[in-house]
Amino acid sequence: MAVFKYLFASIYGFVDSIGQSGIFLFQSLFRLPVRYKEALRLYIRQVYSVGVLSLIIIVVSGAFIGMVLALQGYTILTRYGSEAAVGQLLALTLLRELGPVVTGLLFAGRAGSALTAEIGLMKATEQLSSYEMMGIDPLRRVIAPRLLAGITCMPILALIFSAVGVWAGMMVSVHWLGVYEGSFWSSMQQSVYFDTDVMNGIIKSFVFAVAVVWIAVYQGYVCQPTSEGIGRATTRTVVLGSLAILGLDFLLTAAMFGDF
Amino acid sequence: MEVYVDVKNLSFYRGNRAIYDNVTLQIPKGKITAVMGPSGVGKTTLLRLIGGQVEPDSGTLTVDGVDIAAASRKELFEARRKMGMLFQSGALFSDMSVFENVALPLQEYTAFDKEMIRDIVLMKLQSVGLRGAAELMPSELSGGMARRAALARAIALDPDLVMFDEPFAGQDPISKGVLVELIQRLNRAANITSVLVSHDVEESLSIADHVCLLSGGTVILSGTPDEVRSSTDERVVQFLQGHADGPVAFHYPAQEYREQLLERK
Amino acid sequence: MKDKKAGILVGLFMLLGVLAFVYLALQVSGLAFSNQAEGYEVEAYFDDIGGLTDRSKVTVAGVTVGHVQAIEYDTEYYMAKVTMSIYPDVNNIPTDSSVAILTSGLIGEKYLGISIGAEEEVLQDGDQIYDTQSALVLENLIGQFLMNAGGGE
Repeated sequence: MAVFKYLFASIYGFVDSIGQSGIFLFQSLFRLPVRYKEALRLYIRQVYSVGVLSLIIIVVSGAFIGMVLALQGYTILTRYGSEAAVGQLLALTLLRELGPVVTGLLFAGRAGSALTAEIGLMKATEQLSSYEMMGIDPLRRVIAPRLLAGITCMPILALIFSAVGVWAGMMVSVHWLGVYEGSFWSSMQQSVYFDTDVMNGIIKSFVFAVAVVWIAVYQGYVCQPTSEGIGRATTRTVVLGSLAILGLDFLLTAAMFGDF
Repeated sequence: MEVYVDVKNLSFYRGNRAIYDNVTLQIPKGKITAVMGPSGVGKTTLLRLIGGQVEPDSGTLTVDGVDIAAASRKELFEARRKMGMLFQSGALFSDMSVFENVALPLQEYTAFDKEMIRDIVLMKLQSVGLRGAAELMPSELSGGMARRAALARAIALDPDLVMFDEPFAGQDPISKGVLVELIQRLNRAANITSVLVSHDVEESLSIADHVCLLSGGTVILSGTPDEVRSSTDERVVQFLQGHADGPVAFHYPAQEYREQLLERK
Repeated sequence: MKDKKAGILVGLFMLLGVLAFVYLALQVSGLAFSNQAEGYEVEAYFDDIGGLTDRSKVTVAGVTVGHVQAIEYDTEYYMAKVTMSIYPDVNNIPTDSSVAILTSGLIGEKYLGISIGAEEEVLQDGDQIYDTQSALVLENLIGQFLMNAGGGE
């Protein structure tokens, strides 16, 4: 009996938190700014802290992953004498999977946790209450710019990640391993399609962005306003964000590339 | 006595614990009212109730004639514009300079141009003695300075009601003196209704016109500072003198001491 | 001052994103805008398409002149109906041309190769190529080879 009660309570809690966070997302995104110039300024500040500051980790990871893919691909493909296909392998893996997914995971760790901690700290130091008492809606003023900045930055970061990865993989395979440059590019261009591969990658990273940023700001907004509470919320952002990305990636891949 | 905030039969629960149990109290207009009581009695909650950040479970609370709990979102935001709140930590927005913090409510609610806002902000900062610190960030301020800056922000829109949440907690004697002076000056100069939530007995009694003592979810005394000082109520005396044991027991409720020691398994 | 610096960096960041997008679109996926113009459609029926897919290329003399638009099973003729889209500037393919399903390399992808006929009239939008040659299916080839080898003994 107690088991059922526990089960019921946890399912209820789960559904409830989804509903709460859904309302939260809706309210933050659809409350229009009062002063557009001010809103733009707040947005740019957030793009700076969420996007620009994440750039280095994205570029470095993209370069290394591209180089590793080229090396691994080359060793296997060269057995079949088709090392020119390394271009195809590199571009498809990066555009379809690794670009959006790895960017999402890094973003959850770098920017998502920072967002949660920042908002949690604002809550703990009564800054959110203070906005409310001033009659300024904290959802509009604090949450909305962060949500929008995160959602726009992640697809950009994923594009940069893929581009850097392809370029770094090209450097390794063409200039180090000696794959003929012409066939490297042509095998890539023949197999990569703009709408199924590039666009689907962008759609994926956009969906991941919504999930991660939503989780991050919501966890910050509802966390216990104490140091342990903020710590726990930050951990939860990274864990839930990463799981959400991997789960959504499976669903999206099945919908986009799976033939049913 | 004109009443500014009127609390009638108000109850508020957190879970099953009653923070307020059928409380009735009045805050007179244009006076300094001190709400005092031991920690954990829900003094800050009273301010949140007045600001409409939490809703009472029963009873009514009107501010300047507006029923806060029944107000729509718009009316509530309207009412809040006439209130200023000084949070315990100051709650300055950490991503803005002191100047921007004070300017924010003006930018949000007035149509003043840049020059005008600049002048008002400098005047408000001058009144709390921080005009020189306008360009500093909140992280560069000491605790007392942060509270003064927050006070300048709270009075930026010339509110009718200013609420102070534990303004003296954790301050050195000089800062306390400065804050006492500022609260008094503010009240006298602009005839602002002030509500002061505190457990610092001396400072509070020295500036308050009216005192409400809370304990155990109810008002145990309401009157002038002198009435509080001369009260013979055990609970009041314990609070004022700081006795370790009394109506508020030293021991957390527990099983009988002897019994627990002798208990063997 | 701080906002100004952030603004410039944010601008650069966005620009970098656009550059990455253009790089991926042009260099990696080989998107060429001139070729994206809508071509005209030609149909062909095959007994066996053997692994031909949507978007496979269509070539004349080894040069790509279009792509496969749709592949359907025609229930009336029990055959595969392949619709291909051919670039509008390749507008002089004779109506008696033939089309074959070819394979690039031994295990490479399947594509369509058009062999030019001799007719004066050229294919128009919606026309059909009647002379088709199905894919070579490896299993069938091996089967045939074994049969022949058996027959020779």
